[in-house]
This record gives sequence, C-alpha cells and structure tokens, in this order.
Amino acid sequence: MTLANIWFFLVAFLLTGYVILDGFDLGVGVLYPFVARTEDEKRVARASIGPVWDGNEVWLITGAGAVFAAFPMVYAMTFSGFYLAIMLVLFGLILRAVSLEFRHRDTSWRKVWDGAFFLGSLVPSILVGCALGNVIRGVPMDLRGDYTGTFLQLLNPYSLLVAVTGLFLIVTHGAAWLALKSDGELHARALRCRRITFWVFAVLAVATSAATILTVSRASDNVFGRPLGWFFLVVLALALLYTIWQMTKEGGELQSFLGSAVIIIGLAGIAAVGNFPEIVPARGTPPETSLTIARTASGHLTLLVMLIIALIGCPIVLAYTALVYKTFWGKTKAADAEY
Amino acid sequence: MLSRIQFAFTVGYHFIFVPISIGVGMMVVLSERRYYKSGIPADKAASNFWIKLFTATFAIGVATGITMEFAFGANWANYSRFVGNIFGAPLAAEGLLAFFLESTFLGVLLFGRKKVSKRFYYVSAWLVWAGSLLSALWILIANSWMQTPAGYKIEGGKAVLTSFWAAAFNPSTAPRYFHTVASALLMGGFVVAGVCAWYMLKKRHLHFARQAMLWAISVGLVMAIAMPFLGHWGALVAAEHQPVKMAAFENVTETENGATLWLFGWLTKNDDGSYDTHGVGIPNGLSLILHLNPDARITGLNSVPAADRPPQQLVFQSYHLMIGLGVVFVLVLLLALVMHYLKRLENARWLLWILVACIPLALLAINMGWMAAEVGRQPWIVQGLMRTTDGVSPVVSTGEIWTTLGLFGLIYLILFVAWLRIFVGIIRKGPEDVVEMLEADRVGASAPAAAGR
Repeated sequence: MTLANIWFFLVAFLLTGYVILDGFDLGVGVLYPFVARTEDEKRVARASIGPVWDGNEVWLITGAGAVFAAFPMVYAMTFSGFYLAIMLVLFGLILRAVSLEFRHRDTSWRKVWDGAFFLGSLVPSILVGCALGNVIRGVPMDLRGDYTGTFLQLLNPYSLLVAVTGLFLIVTHGAAWLALKSDGELHARALRCRRITFWVFAVLAVATSAATILTVSRASDNVFGRPLGWFFLVVLALALLYTIWQMTKEGGELQSFLGSAVIIIGLAGIAAVGNFPEIVPARGTPPETSLTIARTASGHLTLLVMLIIALIGCPIVLAYTALVYKTFWGKTKAADAEY
Repeated sequence: MLSRIQFAFTVGYHFIFVPISIGVGMMVVLSERRYYKSGIPADKAASNFWIKLFTATFAIGVATGITMEFAFGANWANYSRFVGNIFGAPLAAEGLLAFFLESTFLGVLLFGRKKVSKRFYYVSAWLVWAGSLLSALWILIANSWMQTPAGYKIEGGKAVLTSFWAAAFNPSTAPRYFHTVASALLMGGFVVAGVCAWYMLKKRHLHFARQAMLWAISVGLVMAIAMPFLGHWGALVAAEHQPVKMAAFENVTETENGATLWLFGWLTKNDDGSYDTHGVGIPNGLSLILHLNPDARITGLNSVPAADRPPQQLVFQSYHLMIGLGVVFVLVLLLALVMHYLKRLENARWLLWILVACIPLALLAINMGWMAAEVGRQPWIVQGLMRTTDGVSPVVSTGEIWTTLGLFGLIYLILFVAWLRIFVGIIRKGPEDVVEMLEADRVGASAPAAAGR
C-alpha cells in the first residue's frame, strides 16, 4: 500500500462521511416543503439539523481540500471541467446556509428563505450524484489533464440515473433522520415518505447496477474481480436487508437510519473499488489521459505530512462530533428551536 | 482577467465578514466569560446579543468561504496543478483542524444554551473563536507562500514540497498573520464600539453599552497601536523578499539612496511607463524607516521591466489609504478613551457619531490592506514563479465566467441586503430586556424561551 493509495481511500472516506452526514440534512431540506406543514413543524424540521449541518458540510470542504492537496490534477480537472455544475452546487450551498441562519430572524422574508432552503438542498443532492456518475463512467480529457467535453455531455443518461438514484437515497436518509428526531404528524409523514422513497431508490439502484454492468464494464469487472469489491457488495446487501426489516417494525427509526448510512458506505466502497487505481478514467480519449493515482498524486513529503495531520486531526474531530451529537440526542421540540 | 475580477470580488466580499466574525468572536468569549463568572441574567443577555451578531455574520463568512476553496480548482486550474503539492495541504488542514472545530461548536452556541452546562457553553465559545483564529493561520500560511515561497523545488513544471516547516513558516507568514489578526480584532473593536455608540446616542441599553464600550475601546486601542509595528515588520519582510512590491507601495521609480516616504499623493504616468508622485512626503523617510539609515539604498521599480510591475496607482492609493485610516483610528480611540475617563463620552455626540462611522471605515481599511498586499504582488500569482495570467483554467469559457460572475453579483447583493437588515434588526432590538430575562429564568427552563424571540 503506497502513500498515494492510502490517500485515495482517505479521500473516499472523507467524501463518504460527507454523503452520510450532510446527506441526511440535505435530505431533510428536500423533504421540508412536503412534510413540514405548520410553522411548528417547520421549526422542528430545521432545528433537527440546526446544531449539526454546518459541521457536516465541513466534510465536503475538507474532502475537496484533501483532493486539492493529494491529487491536484484531479481537483483541477473536475472543478474546472464540471464548472457550471460546481458553481450551481456552490450557489445552492450558499443559499442554504444563509437561509438556515436567517429564516427565524427575518420573518418577512420567510417564503424566500423557505424556498432557498429547499432549492439549496435539492441542487447539490442531484449534482453531487451526477458528478459521481461521470467520475465512474469516465470523461474525455487531454494529456495536460483538462476536460475536453462539453457541459451537455456531463448530462448523459448514465450519470443522470446515478444522480436520481443518489437523490432518492439522500431523501430516504433524510426522512429516516426526521423520523428519528420528530413526533406526532411530522413523524408519521416522515415515516411514510421514507417507505416510498426507499422503494423508489431500491428500484433505481437495481437499474443503476444493470447500467453499470452493461455500459461501464471496467468498473463492474473491477468490483467482481477483487475481494474488497465483494466485501462491499456483501455490506450493501446486508444493509439493504437490515433496513427493509427495520422499516417494517415499530420504533426502528435509529436502526433504519443507521441502515441507510451503511448503504451509503457500501455504495461508496463499491464506487471506489470500481475506479481504483484510476481516479477519473478517460472515456473516448487515449488511456494515457486517465487520471490515475500514480500520475496525479502529490510528492511523498506532502502526502506524508498530510497523513500525520489527518491521523492527529481525524480522531479528535470524530470525538467531538460524537460529543455534540450526543448533546443534541433525542426528539427535537419546537421550543428547542433557535434561541 | 475576468477570473481575476471574479476572485477579487468574491474574496473581497468574503473578507467583509471574516474580520467581523473574528473580532466579534472575541467579544463573545469576553462576555460569556463574564456571565460564566457572575451568573447574572444581564450578563447572559449581553452575551446572547453578541452571539446573535456573531452567528449572523459567521453564516455568510462560511458560505462565501466555500466559494474561495472551489474557485482555485474551477477558475485557476493551471495554478492548482502547479502549486497543489504545497498550497492544497494548508487548505485541507484548515478544514480538518479549524473548520470542524468552529462549525461543530457553533452548533452548541446556537442551540445549546438550555442543553449544556454553563462551563460547556463557555468552553464552546472559546473553541469557536480558537477555530476561527486557527483557520486564519492556515489561510495566511497558504497566502504567504504565494508572496514569499519557500521550502520547495520545481520538478516537472510543478512546485514540490521539500520542507514543510520552511513552506508553512515562510518569511512572511508570521508578520502577515499577526497583522491580519490584529486588524480583525481592531475591526471587531470598532463594530462593538459603533454599536455601543449608537445605543448611547439613542440613550438605550446604557448599562450594557458602557461596559462593552470600554472593552471595545481598550482592545481596539491596543491593536491600533500595535498595528504600525506589525505593519512595519511586514514591510521589512516585503522590502527584503518583494522589493518591487515595496517600491510600488511608495512609488520608488528608480533605485536610489535615500528614498521618500509619502504621506499621501497622486501618481501621474510618464511616457516611459514610470510614474511621478505629487503629494506630501518625508524626504529620505523610507530609507530611514526600513534601514534606520536615511541614505540606505532602496530598490526601485526600474529594477524590473514594466511588464513585471503591479498596477501602480491602485497599489499606491490602497496602501496609503490603509495607513492613513490606521492613524485616524489611533487618534479616535485615544480620544474616546480620554473622554471615557473624563466621563464625557456619552454626551459627546460628535465623537459617538464618529465611532459609528468608523465601522465602514475600518472595513475599508482592512480591504485596502488586503488589496495592497495582493495587487502589489502582481503580475505574479506566486511571486517570481508563476504569472497570474498563466494560472487560469484553460477550459472555462469567458461566457461561463460572465454567467457565474453575474450570479455571484446578484446572490451576494441579496445576501448583503439580508445580512444588513438582520444585523441592524438585532441591534435595533438590543440585548433582551433584563426584566424579561428574569421572568424567563423564574418560570424555569421548561418554559419556551421568552428570550430571543
């Protein structure tokens, strides 16, 4: 295991952490206009993610920073190549952050902030999946490592399928969180939503798997040909069965939330194993234009210093993140909302 | 060029909110400390008030900060490929070691008043503020490396790290970090002093305003007096490592013995591309202040071809505006302190209005300082190693940048209006009435919070 390979999986770890943690609060944002009807319910929905969403978003910032530092060429290609998509994600996240902080202080703009919260959650939830779809499928590039396709080429059917699948997974995950944190009507609606979106996700996931085997055989061959690939396939299968079992039971909210978190881990692991040792494969351009780990990794010293920083920083971050989740554990009440 | 405008605009905007957060963050720590020790409701109300101002500002600081991180890859792909080995690491470290700290405990400040112990809450205030100071450190490490690169070698067209400590603590990191943090605290001092001055003008919340005013003036004055020394430290480093930038600050056209230190002036362009300064200056002052020798030799702009010089008028004016305002700030704060001890500050309406006006002026000064530092480095994106024009993304089209620039303009304008309304709204409302607070405390923690609604 070279340092660069370790960093490949560390980056995958950070981005998976992002999807699990920010995933549920993005999901709550997408569900917000559909399940939260009264002013109190809206307040509970926002307050359920209020203390934690900001920290959750840092996983993306750190993940992107880690890509920049460990694989500068990948960072440069994806961010400039997927330019408009990245900018839309950015605008979404900005509006969302501000709407969460401002809404309760600014009642006359309430509708504006509610709309911003929904859109700001929806757009990143879709586009992050779309970007992942393209990274699995591969994109055309030149030798310098610049994207040579067009914006519309990014919106190919495969990537859109991955995007919609991801959206439904995120919404399921968000509904599970909301069910965990709320009671009464809101709780009942969240449970109903979770059941529907989960089954839609399950059907889409089967379609995505079939599409991957048929059109991106490099990825599926990698997964089926490696023990680690089988490991994540088993994890995914068990997590799916566990989640279905818990959904049918009374009071399995925490279990099914953890279930969708493990589903995310399984899928992310499969995607990472499917691409290894490439990070972004070339599609339609010569194989030497592929952004592989070996070709794009930073120098030894950079990776080493960053590994030390990560080994010190990650446990501390995980510890105090757990502490804060524990502090705000339990059902959110309308009165707990913004001070 | 468009990418440059976009970056300058988004970073300048970001840099309105960051210094206010760092400055007001200190106020949060101070007032929460007071409440932690005293436990009286009025102190809690005061602390809650600063936390509200802090979080409203911090939200925009975070949101616009993500833009900056994404912008390197999106608009500056060639730059990112060139420096990723070195520049990426502090950004990743900032996320891991600073942002997580700030953001996680910010949640406690926002939602934890009734959920956690007083001690936990007080420690959280410290951690959020410490996180913001650490975050500034990593960003200035990254930015200072662009000014005075060190600890690297060029290999295969890329800068590769050879020494982490040399790169992180490059010659300009320390002076620039302390200069920036001190100016952010000064900025925070003026926000607090301005808010208190406004209450004094309106004769509201006087007890609260008196207390916070003294803190603000004291901290502000210490910072304002430290500023020339910290700035001087930075200037010494710049004179040694970025002589062209120093020369542009004072428009030293030709290398000379005994250069002038300008107090203010206007530049006019000559036919040969050099500039003449018309203004008031101290002859030999620059040589004296940089080398303690009135006849010391100062490198001039003619040491490099015209293409390697920064836009001079902009650099000269922003640099002198920053210094001029700095001097004004010292005088205003000194005067305010004297008047405070004479117990005449509250009735000196003219001085209170000046303190209110100092909020935008301090913002102007801090942004001018940043502009002088960054534009003064041009045409280089990394001093001496890469030109800004070579750093852009080859595949991003002009149309795309125009589109996003327009959207940034629009969204940022809306955010600014919203932020200003909320900021002013919080101030209008003021710290909660002490009576109301007492009422809420008596009813007990189970009642919905009367405070803050």
